[in-house]
Amino acid sequence: MAMITADPKDVPQVASFAFTPEYLEKAKALIAQYPSGRQASAVIGVLDLAQRQQGWLPRVAMDAVAKLLDMAPIRVYEIATFYTMFQLKPKGKYLLQVCTTTPCWLRGSDGVMKACREAADGETFSVQEVECLGGCVNAPVVQINDDFYEDLDEVSMRKLLEAFRRGETPKPGPQIDRQTSAPIGGPTTLKGV
Amino acid sequence: MPKLKIDGVEIEVPAGITVLQACEMAGVEIPRFCYHERLSIAGNCRMCLVEQEKAPKPIASCAMPAAEGMVIKTDTPMVKKARNGVMEFLLINHPLDCPICDQGGECDLQDQAMAFGFDRSRYHENKRAVPDKELGPLVKTSMNRCIHCTRCIRFATEVAGVEELGATGRGESMEVTTYVEHALSSELSGNLVDLCPVGALTSKPYAFEARSWELSKTESVDVLDALGANIRVDTRGATVMRVLPRLNDDINEEWIGDKTRHAVDGLRYQRLDRPYVRKAGKLAPATWAEAFTAIASKLEGVDGKKIAAIVGDQCDAEAMVALKDLMAALGSPNVDCRQDGARLEAGVRAGYIFNPGIQGIDQADAILLIGTNPRLESPVLNARIRKRYLTGRCAIASIGSVADLTYPTERLGAGPATLRELADGKLGFSEKLKAAKNPLIIVGMGALSRDDGTAVLALARELAEKANAVREDWNGFAVLHTAAARVGGLDLGLVPGEGGRDVAGILEGAQAKEIEVVYLLAADEIDTQKLGKAFVVYQGHHGDAGAHRADVILPGAAYTEKPGTYVNTEGRVQLGRRANFPPGEAREDWAILRALSERLGKTLPYDTLDQVRSRLVAVSRSFAALDQQVAGNWGTFGKAGPTSDAAFASPITNYYMTCPISRASRTMAECMASRQQLLAAE
Repeated sequence: MAMITADPKDVPQVASFAFTPEYLEKAKALIAQYPSGRQASAVIGVLDLAQRQQGWLPRVAMDAVAKLLDMAPIRVYEIATFYTMFQLKPKGKYLLQVCTTTPCWLRGSDGVMKACREAADGETFSVQEVECLGGCVNAPVVQINDDFYEDLDEVSMRKLLEAFRRGETPKPGPQIDRQTSAPIGGPTTLKGV
Repeated sequence: MPKLKIDGVEIEVPAGITVLQACEMAGVEIPRFCYHERLSIAGNCRMCLVEQEKAPKPIASCAMPAAEGMVIKTDTPMVKKARNGVMEFLLINHPLDCPICDQGGECDLQDQAMAFGFDRSRYHENKRAVPDKELGPLVKTSMNRCIHCTRCIRFATEVAGVEELGATGRGESMEVTTYVEHALSSELSGNLVDLCPVGALTSKPYAFEARSWELSKTESVDVLDALGANIRVDTRGATVMRVLPRLNDDINEEWIGDKTRHAVDGLRYQRLDRPYVRKAGKLAPATWAEAFTAIASKLEGVDGKKIAAIVGDQCDAEAMVALKDLMAALGSPNVDCRQDGARLEAGVRAGYIFNPGIQGIDQADAILLIGTNPRLESPVLNARIRKRYLTGRCAIASIGSVADLTYPTERLGAGPATLRELADGKLGFSEKLKAAKNPLIIVGMGALSRDDGTAVLALARELAEKANAVREDWNGFAVLHTAAARVGGLDLGLVPGEGGRDVAGILEGAQAKEIEVVYLLAADEIDTQKLGKAFVVYQGHHGDAGAHRADVILPGAAYTEKPGTYVNTEGRVQLGRRANFPPGEAREDWAILRALSERLGKTLPYDTLDQVRSRLVAVSRSFAALDQQVAGNWGTFGKAGPTSDAAFASPITNYYMTCPISRASRTMAECMASRQQLLAAE
């Protein structure tokens, strides 16, 4: 079994990190939600902002967050390594989080995964296998950055990825003719309402 | 006071304690890994599961408050099965390397696996592999063995006050780490090794040196700082293998500093193992008789006023009283135990001890540090102040240059002028001191070992009196010493007699040829260049500064090698016991002085250790009570006078090397290098 480690060694060196004024303002707004002296409570939100700014979380960004929140750096490292949504390695522009838990798997997530893996080049797309995203009724589900794309199969996934590659942002939600998680083909009850 | 039933026995316990503590009070031992009395409760190892009646599942007794009417069972098949299960889980990833593990023989996991373990594994998958971490020159890591009890993380964060250890990752990829691969910047890091219930953190200098069962254990006290921490000295044959802390809630709780623990390898190097006499400018090996003859012939006809003695910082009281009696017999008033020139007086005992006691720190509600850096002068005492800080509602301020103490302090100023303003009530903090119920004023050697030390001492006394820190029920005037022998020396009156010279006077006299013979009793912290042409006798255990300058060397015993009485900074008299014998021809110090006195024709009136100890009590009643702090009478000490503007600075800038033993220690040299590297990196 490979050595486990929470501290990835093969990441590019990032010399420094500083919040841009816009992000700093957002961070300050987050901090202001907590009583004074409890600014460390904002750590998850501020880390997320840092990740949005940088694309991923290099060590210097975590240190900057620790400094901003006046907490020990190790406490920030603990949090950043605990939550899988914090990316400690550089990611492509679009992070494809493919759900492979039972409902999605039964509905064909293997094909979706295959399409994603083929597209993953580390620059435009990165792929990650994740546990249940909570969208089982629309399985299979892929989370692309902040949005859920649902009711996929290998073909529609490829189409989706092509669209992203062209720089478009396809509409999130079901990729078949279906209104959110309503029954496929339209309502089956309460038709008169 | 809740009443509960434990294994059928009804017991009433104090409110606010946990079920685990209640079980201990009822005499039931509960296995545990993560729970530790002095750390916060984590509740993550699950080894302490017990059955509670009406509870649907076993409860973690360490985290469950004891409540009225609870019925706890610790010996049912369900409890046994639960603990067996927990043990099996813990062992899934724990390597089977006990034969090569330094913790073997004193391992909690090993011991508890004997009681709750299964004799084979049901898991055929590979065990997880975790990279080892770099935690500095004292702590060796084998992270595969870690069971994630998080004791080390909690110790570093809570007690040591350095938030550098943490648990990264989650689930199977959880690791205990500093994440950034650097040594711990704590003076208490050695305690991590004691805390670790398995062999994940072991002592690096002691790695593969010995097994716990082949060591002889001797209970003693530490002399490397003035705290007098209680220690256990583990020896194999003639060698001190390691030093461990001993439990004493009044002094060190169960911690010791890194110097106390790891400087002992210095006892193996640079030792004086035979007498030397300087012949034609070179030190030549000699016999005891030759050495004594050299001293006797030099002393013949020398006026007592031209003889002087300086006492070192780690001397036992027995040697000091023998030296005092010998100098009195020789007619010399020039004796001093204050190598650093601290302006402390021998008369009023309350004027030179840590009156409230170490435990008094827990009760203080306003603390003022004057010219002291407790983190370097006594890290364990510093941890106690931090503990008080964490309890809250305690204002802490400092005068003098103070670095990071692991708790925030309000910086009032730099020197005596600030102290004056404080005494006059001109600063905001003086109100806090006055309003405090138990104000604590800690005066360090940085404030007293300077030319205006007497005036500073008087100022500190004035401040203590004005702040109502000296009362019938509380004395908050505390002197924090840096030398283990100092309070004992002052108790015994090893200060210049009528017309006598202090250390500075002796050195001046030596240069002006007014002092012809100087007797150094393990005194190395003076400027030996200034001894001029004086004839120097050095009695001590290490070839350090004093021995290099000496004309005659008498090899003495280090603190682990003699039964000795030491008085800590609180004025508590404690016995150090002999763990091993001094090397070669070296002897116990009081016996050397006794033998020398006979050769000089001034035979001291004691032949046995018991007789010397009776003499100690005769000289100072405080030696009559062992292991207790004898309160000192308050009085007038210090003398008002002009003060300089110089800032107070702690005499210790390098924690790791402060005495001949620590200077000879290779481990301490490594610690120093590691710390410098860390500072350079910042």
